[in-house]
Amino acid sequence: MIKKGEVVKLKTFKLGGVHPPENKMAAGNPIEPVTLPKRVTVHLNQHIGAPANPVVKKGDTVKVGTLIGKGEAFISANIHSPVSGKVFSVDPVADGSGYKVKSVIIDVEGDEWEESIDRSPDLKKEITLEPSQIVDRIKECGIVGLGGACFPSHVKYMIPEGKKVDTVVINAVECEPYLTADDRIMIEKTEEIMIGIEIMKKAAGVEKAIVGIEANKPEAIAKMEKAASVYPGTIIQPLKVMYPQGAEKQLIKSVLNREVPSGKLPLDVGCVVNNVGTALAVYEAVQKNKPLIERVVTVTGKKLTKTANYMVRVGTPLSVLVEAVGGMPEGTEKVINGGPMMGKAIPSVDIPVTKGTSGIIFMDKAEARRKLTRNCIRCAKCVMVCPMGLEPYLLEKIADKERWDEVEKLAATDCIECGSCSYTCPSSRPLLDLIRLGKANVNRIRWERSKK
Amino acid sequence: MSKFIVSLSPHEKGKYTVEHVMWGVVIALIPAFISSVVNFGYRAVAVTAVALITCVFCEYLIQKFLMKCEITAFDGSAAVTGILLAFNLPSSIPLWQVVVGSIVAIAVGKMAFGGLGKNPFNPALVGRGFMLMSFPVDMTTWPIPLKSAWEWDIASKLDAMTSATPLGVLKEGNFSELPELWDLFIGTVGGSLGETSALAIIIGGIYLIHRKIITWHIPVLYLGTIFVLTGIMWLINDTANINPVFHILSGGVMLGGFFMMTDMVTSPMSLWGQVIFAVGAGVICVAIRLFGAYPEGCMFSILIMNAFVPLIDKYIKPKKFGTEVNYG
Repeated sequence: MIKKGEVVKLKTFKLGGVHPPENKMAAGNPIEPVTLPKRVTVHLNQHIGAPANPVVKKGDTVKVGTLIGKGEAFISANIHSPVSGKVFSVDPVADGSGYKVKSVIIDVEGDEWEESIDRSPDLKKEITLEPSQIVDRIKECGIVGLGGACFPSHVKYMIPEGKKVDTVVINAVECEPYLTADDRIMIEKTEEIMIGIEIMKKAAGVEKAIVGIEANKPEAIAKMEKAASVYPGTIIQPLKVMYPQGAEKQLIKSVLNREVPSGKLPLDVGCVVNNVGTALAVYEAVQKNKPLIERVVTVTGKKLTKTANYMVRVGTPLSVLVEAVGGMPEGTEKVINGGPMMGKAIPSVDIPVTKGTSGIIFMDKAEARRKLTRNCIRCAKCVMVCPMGLEPYLLEKIADKERWDEVEKLAATDCIECGSCSYTCPSSRPLLDLIRLGKANVNRIRWERSKK
Repeated sequence: MSKFIVSLSPHEKGKYTVEHVMWGVVIALIPAFISSVVNFGYRAVAVTAVALITCVFCEYLIQKFLMKCEITAFDGSAAVTGILLAFNLPSSIPLWQVVVGSIVAIAVGKMAFGGLGKNPFNPALVGRGFMLMSFPVDMTTWPIPLKSAWEWDIASKLDAMTSATPLGVLKEGNFSELPELWDLFIGTVGGSLGETSALAIIIGGIYLIHRKIITWHIPVLYLGTIFVLTGIMWLINDTANINPVFHILSGGVMLGGFFMMTDMVTSPMSLWGQVIFAVGAGVICVAIRLFGAYPEGCMFSILIMNAFVPLIDKYIKPKKFGTEVNYG
């Protein structure tokens, strides 16, 4: 355990990294429920991979936990009704990025749950399911990675022939500023998370799990260490605060000192990485048969009088959360879905919460607007902070000139889009914007090449 | 419905700006300026002021009337060029020559390439190089520190007021007339305005490293290379060569290592590139000092290595993540 003022040599990754102001104002707020909305909009593509296919139609009655979208492709995930009520329509609705995606809109009536779901608060410690049954249950319950990328979790545990896994790495870093959702669940649902990790260990067939937590969450570290003492093989690893430590490759480097090579997966260095929120969702799915229908969302901002961590049903419009904290602060110019470093700015608060919504941040004019772009002064700060060892200044320049072959040679596709380069640039150059453009074009060219 | 700004991440921005960097360098030059005023009096103030004002004004005029672009003359970069140029001049230099040198530094050394960030050579050294070729006598007349400090009209009393620089004395081979190391350290020796006091420059350099405007690599490796190479020569023959401490404390290598080689625009981007840059410049500097025609090689060593920067950046790349094999 880390005491205040104590000097501990904490682990971290070696290459690059920045330390933006932490601004974790909501860290002290316990998780609260939020009132059920009148209508929810459940997108059918809340995960990476193919969208789920709707299995309900207009007029159907659904309960909390009823399957409404079936993930049929290899990489896809089931979607369950987060509320009880009547299906109003199954139509394309604009999501946070403005694209229209197929969604199930449900008018809420009461709060009636499927009988198969165990709603009792009792802790169920004994894991009765076999590894393959665990994977099936995770798939049935539509569990996806809750760190933000929403990769369907069951796929990670279908370990291909010839690959050997020795460690489950639990990502409890929460390196994004502002966000405190993972911090709160570790404090309030410690035991459940520990059992979730045991389930993951069993599913992956390994003895060892390492939970990486940044040192700015001392209460969570203390609670997790206390709870982990009865679980042999589960190690709590406090980490030095350094962005982007929550990125998969950087976290593996921090806790195990292994480097995932370019274009490879954590599996190639013997790891399965899951978010700590996913561990909780796995516990609920496997032990309580509860599908992924709600999550913790941090609502915060410098101008808010009340910041909060809400337990929110998927599909709830963000406007419900805005009302719950007492309305939008005066002068809000930008609303971010997610953290300030990698989150998406959203056009309106009418969009719904998805499985990947970790927080909403309100920014005023001074924070929302970009500064004027100046000439590159070749200060090399972007090169120094890049956690992947790339040259952002050069990628920006050649992507701007549309020299895609050179962009490819400079390994633009290794970029994890953490934004450290743009964050640190004294000339406020749009480094990551151009690198994204370069990446997209390189991927397009590679796709065209593969078709020939 | 309220209108929100939608932009790509990151939405957070660090507090470093170009102004932050440039004015940070200006602050770091203050100790050296104080030392130059103590040693060379009001001519030090006059030369620095003329160079600074000419540089900023010249950049302003070029941006306003020639390039017709946004005016960034006051971001501190032109001021840094002006101060560094002044610090590389003797205090007795006629002020009109300072004006000419400053105009060359900004107009030819910087703006001709497109302004801040585009110039391949350090603009202050371009200005100084031009002046050394054009006004060789005035550029190598070195007033005696302290004695000449409060004398405005040095030109009329050249014999009484001037002497050779320590490196000049060394080139002549008069070892017995060399100053004490302590004088070199605090700066009470002949030389350019801002280069004489190693102490003042090191204080400024530590400030730059502390503010994370520069890293320790370039100055330490540049001075270290000079120390090692001159040290080897000294060990081989200590009657013909002076000890290496003298070499790193004398001439312009302190000022050059901390303030001019570390110029972001004209130094390599990758760490190993910076290592090559610094060591290469150290080798060139020692070669000129020991075997060349000039007593001092600092300026040429930096300008020559500046020319290699694009080549270094092309072939020396930063270490990529995932190349360290440590599993299986």
